[in-house]
Amino acid sequence: MIRTPLRPLARILEARQKGENPDAIERENLRIRHEQMRDKARQRAESRLLLLGIMFFCAFAVIGARMSMLAIADPVEPRTHAAGSKIVSQRADIVDRGGRLLATNMETHSLYAHPHQMIEPVAAAKSLAEIFPDLDEERLLKDFTGKRTFVWVKRKISPEQKQAVHDIGEPGLLFGPREMRLYPNGQLAGHILGGTKFGEEGVDAAEIVGIAGVEKTFDAELRDPAREGAPLELSLDLTIQSTLEQVLHGGMVLMNAKGAAAVLMDVHTGEVIAMSSMPDFDPNHRPRPLTQGDASDSPLFNRAVQGVYELGSTFKVFAIAQALELGLLNPSTVVDVRGPVVWGKHKIRDFHNYGKELSVTEILVKSSNIGTARIAQMIGVERQKDFLGKLGMFVPTPIETSEARTGHPLLPKNWSELSAMTISFGHGLSTTPMHLAAGYAAIANGGRLVTPTLLKQSGPALGERLVSEETARLTRAMLRLVVSHPVGTANLAEIPGYQVAGKTGTADKYKAAGGGYHDKKVITTFAGMFPANKPKYVIVVTLDEPVETSGDEPRRTAGWTAVPVAAEVIRRVAPLLGLRPDFEPLQMAGITLASQ
Amino acid sequence: MRSLLFIFTVSFVVAVAFWAYHENYKTQAALDKVDHLQQQIGIKRERLAVLRAEWAYLNRPDRLRDLADLNFDRLGLLPFSADQFGVLTDVPKTTDLAVLELNGIVDVSSAGAKQ
Repeated sequence: MIRTPLRPLARILEARQKGENPDAIERENLRIRHEQMRDKARQRAESRLLLLGIMFFCAFAVIGARMSMLAIADPVEPRTHAAGSKIVSQRADIVDRGGRLLATNMETHSLYAHPHQMIEPVAAAKSLAEIFPDLDEERLLKDFTGKRTFVWVKRKISPEQKQAVHDIGEPGLLFGPREMRLYPNGQLAGHILGGTKFGEEGVDAAEIVGIAGVEKTFDAELRDPAREGAPLELSLDLTIQSTLEQVLHGGMVLMNAKGAAAVLMDVHTGEVIAMSSMPDFDPNHRPRPLTQGDASDSPLFNRAVQGVYELGSTFKVFAIAQALELGLLNPSTVVDVRGPVVWGKHKIRDFHNYGKELSVTEILVKSSNIGTARIAQMIGVERQKDFLGKLGMFVPTPIETSEARTGHPLLPKNWSELSAMTISFGHGLSTTPMHLAAGYAAIANGGRLVTPTLLKQSGPALGERLVSEETARLTRAMLRLVVSHPVGTANLAEIPGYQVAGKTGTADKYKAAGGGYHDKKVITTFAGMFPANKPKYVIVVTLDEPVETSGDEPRRTAGWTAVPVAAEVIRRVAPLLGLRPDFEPLQMAGITLASQ
Repeated sequence: MRSLLFIFTVSFVVAVAFWAYHENYKTQAALDKVDHLQQQIGIKRERLAVLRAEWAYLNRPDRLRDLADLNFDRLGLLPFSADQFGVLTDVPKTTDLAVLELNGIVDVSSAGAKQ
């Protein structure tokens, strides 16, 4: 651009000749130049404004168009990538370690009524009472003819019942879909599974909430949609659980016991393979909790994880194992067993008089209270407390049923030397059979603690070391003698093919109302492990108030009550666990092939 | 020349529109089919769940035990015990496996079988 001068020489000279002021020309030119500059700036600003306007218009137009499209379009699910295959029932199944169903869901119907839509409420109430004998006709009639507009008639009905109700032809009776929890095995593992109830209820669906057992502990996990229906795998084995329950029930009846509990645990993983408490219940029809009396009389009470009992002489193993570990003695050390041991006003006696002295092995085999009390004195209060604490004897077991949390062991208020002595033979400290099983598992697996669990584990889960391999081995050898020695208290547990090691325990029951012990009511326990040379499983069988009456006089000791039951359990269960008997099987008479 | 171009353009637009509608209808048909199949899958799943529950119910240990007791004279089934373990050498050598004739084969679910 050629810049026009503010004082063009030709015009200046001309103006000077005419005698005009040449500055006027300069001012004039300056004004023109300013005007031009202003016009240019305005033009640029206007074009910018226009561009901005267009941009805003476009943006708003796009938003407006999208909004109107959303407004006029029908709402539809994104169909192209709907993962239909993932739509599964609202609560995951529970299966045993082999994948066999323990709990599943079933589609069923609920029945409700709209009384204001009813044509013949009287006839409907009568017909319903005929179809469902548990319904009260009077009550139904009152509901149907009253002011209510909505009445639940039945939460769950079967297809046959649905058809029967349908056939009444009453338009005021309506059905809603309902998913219900089903335990196809009935009573089996009832205590472990627990049960469910309906939570939030609507006409179209109802929430299923776990109220006990693993159903309650894993309630959130089972309901988590992110599982995509993957079943919860328990450590139980259905076949073994069934066998255990059958034998335990038979044993409880034979021994005239009012209750029984048994735990079968893998010693390396802490997996509970089977667990039972008698009397039991069917989780499909969970009984109501007792409102009065002793809670432990209810079938809902799980003796294996909730019931705390003084488990008697089975505890002697812990005192002896600890003394071995501390190097205080060895299996052949001789201990003075002259009694009674007097401590304050208390006296500790033996079941029989065992003479002057016994070796440690004999103390265990013959189950001498005095001998064990002497060993406890050697160990001392603090070390005993520490050892039992490590075994988890002071806190409820971590087993995953909701009831286990209430199984608080009962400890002495003041842990004196007397307490130490009585606890060493299982009096003064009350624990659950599950505690005992976990304790025995630690000795069975070579001295490592295990955590009892109801969930299937992928491999051994050995925890902190409690005693050395050598101590565990020596203790197991002594426990084996309790069974294999002719005078051993558990000699009835000697079964052909399987070497069992274990210890009996008989403890008087203390009176629930206080005031000492019952005279003729006992808790008998057998805690054992098999096969004895390399234990894989621990079994604990506890009977509540058993009396064996086949002899001349009633027998109540564990050797006559809990041991035969435990032996029968092992005899039946060991082959099912895949354990080979360690004797040469008899030559079977003439096996012929079916094809020949 | 110009009218030819005009005709060509119009026919092109018609053809493309036809193609677009066609694809649209095909997609909708496919989606309907997917919906239908998913509904079918849902029904089958429900049925499968019921069948699995029924299978578990019919195979519950209590019932099998009762059945074994009821049919003891025909089957002679006893609880598994230690003396039933054998050793491999006890099994007679068979020469011709083809002799084994299978008849009355029944399909069973393997859902409950041990893996």
